[in-house]
Amino acid sequence: MITAGLVEGLAGIVGARHVRTAPAERVTYARDGLPTHRRVPAVVVLPGSRDEVIAVVRLLATHGVPVVPRGAGTGLSGGALADASAVLLVLTRLNRILGIDPTNRIALVEPGVVNARLSVAAAPHGLYYAPDPSSQTACTVGGNVAENAGGPHCLKYGVTAQHVLALEVVLGDGRVVELGSPGGEPWGPDLVGLFVGSEGNFGIATRIAVRLLPLPRAVRTLLADFMSLRTAGEAVSAVIASGIVPAALEMMDQSCVRAVEDSVYAAGYPRDAAAVLLVELDGGSDAAVTADAETIQRVLQEHGARSTRTAADSRERERLWQGRKKAFGAMGRLSRDLVVQDAVVPRSTLPDVLETIARIAATYQLTVSNVFHAGDGNLHPNISFDGRVPGLKARVDTASAEIMEACIAVGGTITGEHGVGLDKLRYMPLIFDAESLTAMRAVRRVWDPEERVNPGKVVPVHACREWSGAAKPRAIGPGSAERDRLGAADPGAVPRGSWEDVPA
Amino acid sequence: MSLLDRVRALLGDDAVEIAGGPDAVPRVAPPSPDAVALLLGTARQEGWRVRLEGAGTWLPADAPADLALTTRRLDRVPAIEPQDLSATAEAGIGCDLLRQQLADRGTWLALDPPGLAGRTLGSVVATATAGPLRQGFGAVRDHVLGVTFVTGDGRLVQSGGRVVKNVAGYDLTKLEAGGFGAFGVIVLVHLRLRALPRADQTFVLEGTREDLTQVAEDIAAAGLQPAALELMSPALARREGWALAVRLAGSAALVAAEEAGLRGASGGRFTALRADEAHGFWMRAAESFATRPVAFRTGGLPDSSDELLDLLQHQVGDEWVSASPGVGAIRWAGDTTVDRLRRLRRTLAGLEVPLTLERAPWSIRSAVGHFGAYREGVGPLVAGLRRTFDPGEAFVVAVEGSE
Ligand SMILES: Cc1cc2nc3c(=O)[nH]c(=O)nc-3n(C[C@H](O)[C@H](O)[C@H](O)COP(=O)(O)OP(=O)(O)OC[C@H]3O[C@@H](n4cnc5c(N)ncnc54)[C@H](O)[C@@H]3O)c2cc1C
Ligand SMILES: Cc1cc2nc3c(=O)[nH]c(=O)nc-3n(C[C@H](O)[C@H](O)[C@H](O)COP(=O)(O)OP(=O)(O)OC[C@H]3O[C@@H](n4cnc5c(N)ncnc54)[C@H](O)[C@@H]3O)c2cc1C
Repeated sequence: MITAGLVEGLAGIVGARHVRTAPAERVTYARDGLPTHRRVPAVVVLPGSRDEVIAVVRLLATHGVPVVPRGAGTGLSGGALADASAVLLVLTRLNRILGIDPTNRIALVEPGVVNARLSVAAAPHGLYYAPDPSSQTACTVGGNVAENAGGPHCLKYGVTAQHVLALEVVLGDGRVVELGSPGGEPWGPDLVGLFVGSEGNFGIATRIAVRLLPLPRAVRTLLADFMSLRTAGEAVSAVIASGIVPAALEMMDQSCVRAVEDSVYAAGYPRDAAAVLLVELDGGSDAAVTADAETIQRVLQEHGARSTRTAADSRERERLWQGRKKAFGAMGRLSRDLVVQDAVVPRSTLPDVLETIARIAATYQLTVSNVFHAGDGNLHPNISFDGRVPGLKARVDTASAEIMEACIAVGGTITGEHGVGLDKLRYMPLIFDAESLTAMRAVRRVWDPEERVNPGKVVPVHACREWSGAAKPRAIGPGSAERDRLGAADPGAVPRGSWEDVPA
Repeated sequence: MSLLDRVRALLGDDAVEIAGGPDAVPRVAPPSPDAVALLLGTARQEGWRVRLEGAGTWLPADAPADLALTTRRLDRVPAIEPQDLSATAEAGIGCDLLRQQLADRGTWLALDPPGLAGRTLGSVVATATAGPLRQGFGAVRDHVLGVTFVTGDGRLVQSGGRVVKNVAGYDLTKLEAGGFGAFGVIVLVHLRLRALPRADQTFVLEGTREDLTQVAEDIAAAGLQPAALELMSPALARREGWALAVRLAGSAALVAAEEAGLRGASGGRFTALRADEAHGFWMRAAESFATRPVAFRTGGLPDSSDELLDLLQHQVGDEWVSASPGVGAIRWAGDTTVDRLRRLRRTLAGLEVPLTLERAPWSIRSAVGHFGAYREGVGPLVAGLRRTFDPGEAFVVAVEGSE
C-alpha cells in the first residue's frame, strides 16, 4: 500500500522535489512512445544516485509496493508504465558517463545516459557505441539494456546484448548484484546475457559496462529505389546472399518516403518509387569498402533497382540517414494515432510478407507504412489512423492481428527490438507453448520472487502452468517434437482482444 | 524393474547403447527430443542421477551417475537456409558433419571450438567454447538464435527462435549457452550463419612472446579487423618459438585490403599458409586442447593479456596456451592440481578475471567446479536457476567446486 508515510520516506531519500504526486505531474508519465496504452502511476520518484536507487527500492520492498523502472519513456511496447498501485522509478538523473577506457574500448555508464551522448563522448578516442536505435537522441542506455534494443547498424555489429559486458543490478529486495566482468567473460552462467532484454523484470540496472568500437575509417552509403515492394524485398535477399555484410540495410516504402519528404527531414528520396533501400558499407580500408560497395551496387542493379546513388559526402550521407531516423516521427504527423509493430521474419520471405501486409491494408482500408531493418527481416508496419472514428480502432486491431499471424506463419517472431511489454502479451502464446512461458516466469521469480518489479509485463501469467514438483512424463506422439520446435500454437488462433491489458 | 529394463521399456531396446561401460554406467541414447523428456521425467520420479554426454570426446565421462544420457542420436539437421543465413540442427550432430552440410549450401558457422572435429554441436554450445574466430565473430552465444532444451524433470522448453533478431520473452538461450548442461539438455539449436567466405587466408609469424605481443598491438592499432588474431605457445603451434597467427576472411576485396594492411603493420614479416596448411594448422591447435587432461579459459581485458600470460606461466606453466589478445581471452591446457587451480582462480578473481574450467577429470572438476569466485550476490541466483531447471538435482554437473 502506498501511504503518506511511504511518500514521506521517499522524499527523505531523494528530496521532496524529486517525488511527484500531483495528478498533473503523474499523467505526463502515463504513456511511453506508444500512444495506445495509458496507465497513471501512483507516485513518480526520480533518484539522483545509485545509492538513492538502492534506498528507494529497499523502502518499497519493506512496504511490498511494486516498482517500475523507467528511462526516457521512448519504449514502444508499454513497458515503462506503472499503475496506481506502483511507484515509477525514473532513472534519467543517473546520467553520468563514469569512465571511458580507450585502450580496452570500454565505457562504464549510469543507466540514464542518453544513447547518442555516449558515442559523442567516445568520439575523441576514435570510438563509438554501435547500437543505434532510431530514438538514440532520446532513449537511455538503461532502457536499451532492458529492451535489448537494436538499430540500423546492428545488422553488422549486433544488438545491445552483444555490446554489454557487465552490469550492476539492484534486485527487487534491494540487494545489489554484480554480473559479468569487464572483459565480457561471465563468472559462471551468462547472467548478463540473461538480464539484457528482461524488460525491467529482473531488477534495475544501475551501472552498465559496454564495449565501444573503433569508428570505421571508410563509409559508403547507397540509396537504391524500386518500382515494387517485391523487387525491393528480393534485392534484400540478394545482398544478404552476396556474402558481404552491410553495416546497415534499411527499407522504406512509398507511404513512408512521402511522409519523410513532406517533413522538415526531407532527404531527397524519390517520391514515385514503391520502395527505397538505404545500404551502408563500412570498414577499416577505403579500397575494400569501395570495392564491396561496387559489388553491392551491381547486385542491386541486377535485382531490379531502378536507380542507385552513392552519397557524395558526409553531409549527403547524414541527410539520407536523418530521413530514415526521423521517419517514425514524420509518419506520426500523418494522423492522430499510430500503431507500430515489430515482427521479424526470415529474410527470404520478405517479398511475400510485404505483399501480404499490403493486401491486409487494402482489405481493411487502412494506411500502412513500412520503414524497417530489412537486412534483419525486422518489419515495422505502421498503421496510421484516427481513433475517434467509430469502429476504426477495432479494424486496426484486427488488421494488426492478421499481420502478426502472417509473420508467425512464415516462421517469424512477434518482436525484434521493441519488447513485449504490455502491448504484445497477447501474442506470446502464439510463439511459446505453456511450458516455455512457465519456464520464463519461473526464471523471473528467481530474480524477483514476489514479481514486484515491473509487474504484469512480458509473460502472460494466465497462460502459464504450475512449475513445481515433477513434470509428468509426456507421451511420445507423432509430430509433437516438431510442434515444440516451431512454436506450439495454432497460428490461426490470434486473440482479437483490444489493446486493453491482458489480465494477469 | 531394473533401471535398464525401465529405460528399454520407455525408449526401446536400441536406446541403450552400452549396458555398462568401464565404469558400469549404462549409456542411453534417446532417439528424439521427446524421448529425452520422457527419460528425464522418469529420472526425476526415480531419483536417477544423470550425466550428459555428446559425442564423448571432450569432458571425460567419469561423473558418478546412474546413467549417461548421450545426445548422439539427435543428429538431424532439419533446416539449412542459405537465403536467410540460418540453420536448425539437433544437438548431437558432430561439428564436422554439420560444417560439411553447411559448406555444401555455401554457408558457414564462424566457430572453431577446441577439441576433436567430431564434437557435438550441443557440447560446444553447452560449454561455450569458442576458438580463435571469437576475435572476428564473437562468442558462442552470438551464433545461437534459439534453443530447445529439456529440464532435469523432463520439460521441453523453447527459447529464442530461428530469425536473426528476437526479443520475445526472456533470453533463456543465454543460460543454456555456457551452462555446462546444468540448466538442461540442449536438444535443438537454431544457428546464425555467414556466407562461406570468398577468401580465407592465414598468415603466421614466429618469434618471442614479447615481440609478437607488440606486433599484435600494431595490427590492432592499424585498424585491421582480422577473423582471428591468435598468439600460441610453441607446443601448440608446433613451431620452435611462439607463433602469432592471423586469419583474414571475407570478400576478396576485404581480404586483399587487410593483407596489405597486415604487411604494412608488420613490415611484411608474416608467412602466408597454403589453404591445406592453414586448415591443418588450425585443426591441430584445436585438437591439442583435447589431448591434455585439464583445460580452462580466462577472460580479461585486452591490455592485460600479456600480464595474464606471465601469471599463468608462473602458476601453472605455459606449455599449451593460446590467447586472443584483441578480446582478452586465453585458453590454457595441461596437467595441474586442484590446489593450483584454486589458487589461480583466487588470484585472477582479484584482478576481476573469471576462470572457467572447461575440461578436467571428475576429481578435479568436482573440487574446483566449472565456475567459482562469484561476484557479490551471484551465488544465490545461480542456485535458484539450478533449482528451477533441475529440481531433483538429476544432472551430475560440477557447476561449483567443493571449496
Ligand atoms: C521514434 C522512435 C524510434 C525508435 N527506434 C527504435 C529502434 O530503432 N530500435 C529499437 O530497439 N527501439 C527503438 N525505439 C524504442 C525505444 O526507443 C527503445 O526500446 C529504447 O531502448 C527505450 O529506452 P528508454 O530509455 O526510452 O526506456 P523506457 O521506455 O523508459 O523503458 C523501456 C523498458 O526498460 C525498462 N528500463 C528502463 N531503464 C531500466 C533500467 N535502468 N533497468 C532496468 N529496466 C529499465 C523499463 O521498465 C521498460 O520496461 C524507438 C522509439 C521511438 C519513439
Ligand atoms: C572413441 C572413444 C571411445 C570412448 N569410450 C569410452 C567408454 O567406453 N567408456 C567411457 O567411460 N568413456 C569412453 N570414452 C570417453 C568418453 O566417452 C568421453 O570422454 C565423454 O563421453 C565425453 O562426453 P561429453 O558428452 O562429456 O563430451 P562432450 O560431448 O564434449 O560434452 C561436453 C560437455 O557438454 C555437456 N553437454 C554435451 N551435450 C550437451 C547437450 N546437448 N546439452 C547440454 N549439455 C551438453 C556435457 O554435460 C559436458 O559437460 C571414449 C571416447 C572416445 C573418443
